[in-house]
Amino acid sequence: MKLEELARLYRQMLVIRRAEERLQKLFADGLVPGFLHLSIGQEAVPVGVSQTLTDRDTVSSNHRGHGHTLAKGVDLNGFFAEILGKATGLCKGRGGSMHVADLGKGMLGANGIVGAGLPITTGSALAHRMQGQGHVAVVYFGDGALAEGVLHECLNIAALWNLPILFVCENNGWSEFSPTERQLATSLDKLARAFGIKYTAVDGNVVADVATASARLVKAMRKTPAPAVLECSTTRVRGHFEGDRQDYRDPAEITALSERDPIRQCAAAMVHAGATPEMLDEIANAVEAEIEAAAQAALDAPLPRSEDILADVYTSVKV
Amino acid sequence: MAETRFIKAVNQALSDAMEADATVFLIGEDIGAAGGSFKATRNLLERFGPDRVRDTPISEAAITGMAVGAALTGMRPVVEIMFMDFTTLSMDMLVNQAAKARSMFGGQGSVPMVLRTPHGGGLNAGPQHSQCLEAWFAHVPGLKVVCPSNPADAYGLLRAAIDDPDPVIVVENKALYAMKGDLPEVPEDRERIEIGKGRIVRPGRDATVVAYGAAVAMAESAAATLAQEGIEVEVIDLRSIQPWDEALVLESLSRTHNLVIAHEAVEAFGVGAEIAARMADIGFDELDGPILRVGAPFAPSPFGKTLEDAYRPDAERIVAALRRTLA
Repeated sequence: MKLEELARLYRQMLVIRRAEERLQKLFADGLVPGFLHLSIGQEAVPVGVSQTLTDRDTVSSNHRGHGHTLAKGVDLNGFFAEILGKATGLCKGRGGSMHVADLGKGMLGANGIVGAGLPITTGSALAHRMQGQGHVAVVYFGDGALAEGVLHECLNIAALWNLPILFVCENNGWSEFSPTERQLATSLDKLARAFGIKYTAVDGNVVADVATASARLVKAMRKTPAPAVLECSTTRVRGHFEGDRQDYRDPAEITALSERDPIRQCAAAMVHAGATPEMLDEIANAVEAEIEAAAQAALDAPLPRSEDILADVYTSVKV
Repeated sequence: MAETRFIKAVNQALSDAMEADATVFLIGEDIGAAGGSFKATRNLLERFGPDRVRDTPISEAAITGMAVGAALTGMRPVVEIMFMDFTTLSMDMLVNQAAKARSMFGGQGSVPMVLRTPHGGGLNAGPQHSQCLEAWFAHVPGLKVVCPSNPADAYGLLRAAIDDPDPVIVVENKALYAMKGDLPEVPEDRERIEIGKGRIVRPGRDATVVAYGAAVAMAESAAATLAQEGIEVEVIDLRSIQPWDEALVLESLSRTHNLVIAHEAVEAFGVGAEIAARMADIGFDELDGPILRVGAPFAPSPFGKTLEDAYRPDAERIVAALRRTLA
């Protein structure tokens, strides 16, 4: 991959990383209401996949969805404000971290229910297929969702109806607080094969590999609608949510994860392709400033007004 | 006017809606060649093709969720769930997804989907094919719920539901499917019925019965019985359960001063409980007697004929409730 392209991917991953690190700090300071599930260590998956998507392509996400959302190109200020529960948030402060959505960008929402994005995205793929414009739908889910019944329903229907949907599994080995090996009697490659769906596995921490594989799969399904499964092996560095002390994990396992860090690996690839330390610093500084501005704007933004509590429950009801 | 059966009116509404709007499509189990379990979609596959009349695997959660996703992507899906009892399998998609998308995304969009499903007993279909679960859905902010009592309303409410930008559950009482009624022959004359508005189907001055679905005919029959004794009962067909026509019920109560609410669903914690509670609040000064409910006893819908007959509310029980509140 060319340096210029690597630099673009690197920058996007760094935006997600720094945004989540900033949120982690804000959470520790008591400034983020509710729950916060961080995707630190998993940034290469959404960044790699999103390179091939337009605003008309739809994605849906899960509880660990910050990376999916930012990679789809949503506004950083609206994102931060939403997670801080502010009126200027993408969802006016009504969704929060687990429900960030930007329908204009084709981002159909993060989701608080494990596996729930699967049927929604399958339906979006059906709409794309019926509308015949060559758009595709992408669903991000974790290995924990492999045990949910709707996955099997959706793989079956997507295969039966040749729907243009990319099933992107971020396999970090953890189903919330439990190792997936104790949760699942099969594996995604076997499931995909059982339904006759094309299956591809990549190292989900090598952004160029994710980008190349997804570009190939999406290009094919734009031409001839059909589902595909992309399983990305990746690393969850933080706990299931912030505040989770991860007592159930071997500390050595967590330490070893830095070897596979997607941002570090991308930086090494950039240096190999001729990047200078100054170039990396320049990107880092620009990202840092961008994140700080968005975080500050969110901190300064007003809270939603309590009199708006009934707004938008229904389209037709005026309040 | 042509005499039309209830199920045919549903079929006509689906057909007219698909004719009028290319984004409307049907999705459900056995709705294609088989025409649906109760034949609501008969001949629609031939007319509109397999792309818009989608026969699905037996996967209620997935097809309901797919309707949510398709609705968020510019389509207007109409889901058929074969029996209301099976909506239990669709609950996450209805309650956590369809109902909440608009609000939790800050009003960015809406979920213009419809879910049609039959409730009610009388077919000896037993505890898993007879339930009336509409109160569950009426309890969830973001969902709308309607329940027609006759063929013209089945047409009009379904057309309105399909036009509606928000998710609407259309509950059809399966005992009414064979009911005959008038529906205009000229398509332009077939009217939509505004969701949220009820209708006085029989005026009266002594007591009000609020009913919906199959209970409307029971209420009318009860009113006819009491009319022989000079007691004039007003019957309101609610038509729409969520939102419901609070103003109409209050206005009627302010004239009759006595209120009975009748439905086939289990009485406890039901739609009648909500209406009674509201009227006990905003209509307190109008009441001359206790607000009474007529519904099924607190038991699963039984299978055996004698048991089911005893289980389902009827006109006699509404008459008894009216006598009690008027006493």
